[in-house]
Order: sequence, then C-alpha cells, then structure tokens
Amino acid sequence: MSGVFLYALLGVGLFVLGLYALIIHAHLLRKILAINVMGTGVFLVLVALAAGNPDAPPDPVPHAMVITGIVVAVSATALALILMLKVSVATGKNHLSDSTRD
Amino acid sequence: MTDNRKTGKALRLLLVSLLCAIAAWLGYAVLGLSLSHVGLGQLVGANLEASGVSHPVTAVLLNFRGYDTLLEMGVLLVALLGVWSLGGMPDYDESSPGPVLDILSRLLIPMLMLVAGYLLWVGAHAPGGAFQAGSVLGAAGVLMMLAGWRLDSRFAGLLLRVVMVSGLGVFVMVSTAMLLIGNGFLEFSPPMAGELILLIEAVATMSIGATLAALFLGSRPAVGPDK
Amino acid sequence: MLHWAFDSLLGLSLLWLAWRALTSPDLFKAIVLFISFGLLMSLAWVRLGAPDVALAEAAIGAGLTGALLLAALARLESIGEAGRQKGSIGETGAHDR
Repeated sequence: MSGVFLYALLGVGLFVLGLYALIIHAHLLRKILAINVMGTGVFLVLVALAAGNPDAPPDPVPHAMVITGIVVAVSATALALILMLKVSVATGKNHLSDSTRD
Repeated sequence: MTDNRKTGKALRLLLVSLLCAIAAWLGYAVLGLSLSHVGLGQLVGANLEASGVSHPVTAVLLNFRGYDTLLEMGVLLVALLGVWSLGGMPDYDESSPGPVLDILSRLLIPMLMLVAGYLLWVGAHAPGGAFQAGSVLGAAGVLMMLAGWRLDSRFAGLLLRVVMVSGLGVFVMVSTAMLLIGNGFLEFSPPMAGELILLIEAVATMSIGATLAALFLGSRPAVGPDK
Repeated sequence: MLHWAFDSLLGLSLLWLAWRALTSPDLFKAIVLFISFGLLMSLAWVRLGAPDVALAEAAIGAGLTGALLLAALARLESIGEAGRQKGSIGETGAHDR
C-alpha cells in the first residue's frame, strides 16, 4: 500500500514548507501559522505510518498521540497569540527586533 | 542597495537548497522505515478486554497511556494560567451581533451541546471521546461569545476556577484512589474501569470546553463584587 | 486507480493550500486558507483510517484555531490603529513644544 508513503512524504513536505516559512517571515502571526503547519506535517507522518500494515487495523497508539498533540498545539497557539499581542502592545511592532535597545 | 539585495538572494538560495537537502534526507528516512512491523496494535487488541471500553483509541488515551492524557490536561491548564497571568487583553468591541448570528447561535448551541454529549457517550465503543466532545463544547462557547454573551460575574470566581481545574483534579484523584485500593497509579481494573473512564471523560469534557472557550476570550472574566 | 487519483489530488491541494497560506501577502486571506487547510486535513485523516483524529481536527484545527487566529488578527489591527493614532498625536505634541 504505497498510498501510505504518499501521505508520509506529504507530511515531510509540509514540515519543510513550514520550516521555510518560519525562517523567512518576520511577522509573528505568520511564524505561528508556520509552526502549526510543521506540527501537522509531523502528525501526518505518524498517522500514515500507523496505517502502514494493510492486513491489520491501524495502530491506535499513534492516533491517541496525535489527538493529544492537536489539543496541545491549540493551547500553545492560544498562548503564543497572546504573547504576540503583548509584544505588539509593548513595542508597537509585529516582529521581534534584533537588538534589545530599540 | 543592489549589494544588499544580492546577498539576500544568495542567502535565500542557500536556505532553499539546505531545506531541499533536509526534505530529501527526511523523505529517505521515512521511505526506509519498514511497514511490516507489528507495532502496538496487536498488543492493544489483545488487552482491550481489560481496559473497560471497546474502542481502541479511547482505551489507549484513558487507560493504557493515561499519563499522556493526564499531562495534556496539565498543559491545557498551564496554557490557560499563562494567558490569564499575561492578562489585560482588551475585550472585543461590543458590537451587536446582527440578527443572523443571533438566531443561528440560538439554533446551533443546543445542537452543539447534544453533539458533545453524544461524542462523549459514544467514545467508549466508536470514534469520539472527551477531546472531541470538549472541543465541540469549546466551539459552542466561542459562538456564544461572538453573539455577545459573557459569563455572569457571579460564576466567574471560584466556580469557574473549579471547573477549569476539575479535569486534571478528578483524573488525579481517581488515579490516586486506585493507588489506595492496591492497583498502580493510573491503573484502572476491569470491574469498574468503564465507569471510571466515563466519569473522568465527562469531567474532562466540561473542563476542556471551558478552558478552550476561556483561551479564546484571552483575559480573565471580571469577578463581580458579590462573589 | 480511483484511490490513487483521489489521494494525489488531496495531497496536491493540501500542499498548495499550505503554500498559499504561508506566503499570501494578505494576513486575513492567509488565515482563511489555513482554516480550509485544516478542513482538508480532516479528509486526509479519514483516508488514513483515523476517524478520531479527523473529528478532533475538524473541531479544533479548523474551528477553534481559526477563531483564535482571526480574533488575534482583529486585535492586532486595532492595536496598530491605536499605536498610529497615539504616534501622530505624540508628533503633533512635539511640534507644539
């Protein structure tokens, strides 16, 4: 069943795409989006490999881990968004500045 | 200026080629994994009887790997504490929601609550469970807040905090009770396991729903003078 | 054959949506594209035999994360407006002095 590898490679692609966006964008909201896409890529690899054996039903342990991961990701996103808003209020910028002086 | 742009272009080219290398390496690693491994699926299947539920994912979440779920409830609580202690985000503008949202939310919220209850109950033997039900409840809470509803200040004090902590609290208490009976921590034994899991899941659903809705609001609801 | 076509189409649209969501110059558009990316992801979970994950993704990944992001964007814009107004007032104040 090579559909599994298709999804696993798609997960790798999403991870690398997210990493690229995380590096090149300075805007914090875009960085948060990029981290979410990266996480989704990791989940996709996990679940794809869990469905690897075509004779057996999918492995439930990675599924449980991914459900846990999705909930953790949304709480981390909420915290990150509030931190971003606080940075914006404090400095008036939507990105982190390179030096601490300005 | 052109020099700057040139170095920027060169850097971006370097970055893209590095990322391509990472992608190729990761892809090679993923393709090299053997798919014929047994995994834990058979082990879960063999012990499903002892878990108290008949759906393998729920069995893994609440019984076999209860630590994950316990710590996840902890993460949710810590995220909420972080948001609250950063505090002081301005509330959304008090604009009237408009008739469509108003009527739609009146229709949808009872339906969402029903779906959450169904997902919670069905989680024992089919896809569903506390997290899905909790997130549907959280979505109902978000919809209510968008329609202009705010938590009454009478409930925003102790009661709200108790609901937030209850998911983690009940989980820890039940697990500790197992320790006192003579089982291990987080080790639910067959005669009562199904009921205990349902109890934990029900409280966790409420707690997850309330926590997610509170994360959306972004600041701690004001506590009234008469608490 | 049909499965292959469906899987490839789903994979391509997921990659394209992620790319557009991460590079779109308009932030609002980027967030909406991210929400639709989450919805299509839940279809991918179903294809992989993980309906539990699909349910969680549809409720959280598409619904709640989207609401959180849009709310944060609205607040960010209002903070920007307030900052600009305060900045201009500060400048005129400096002129007066």
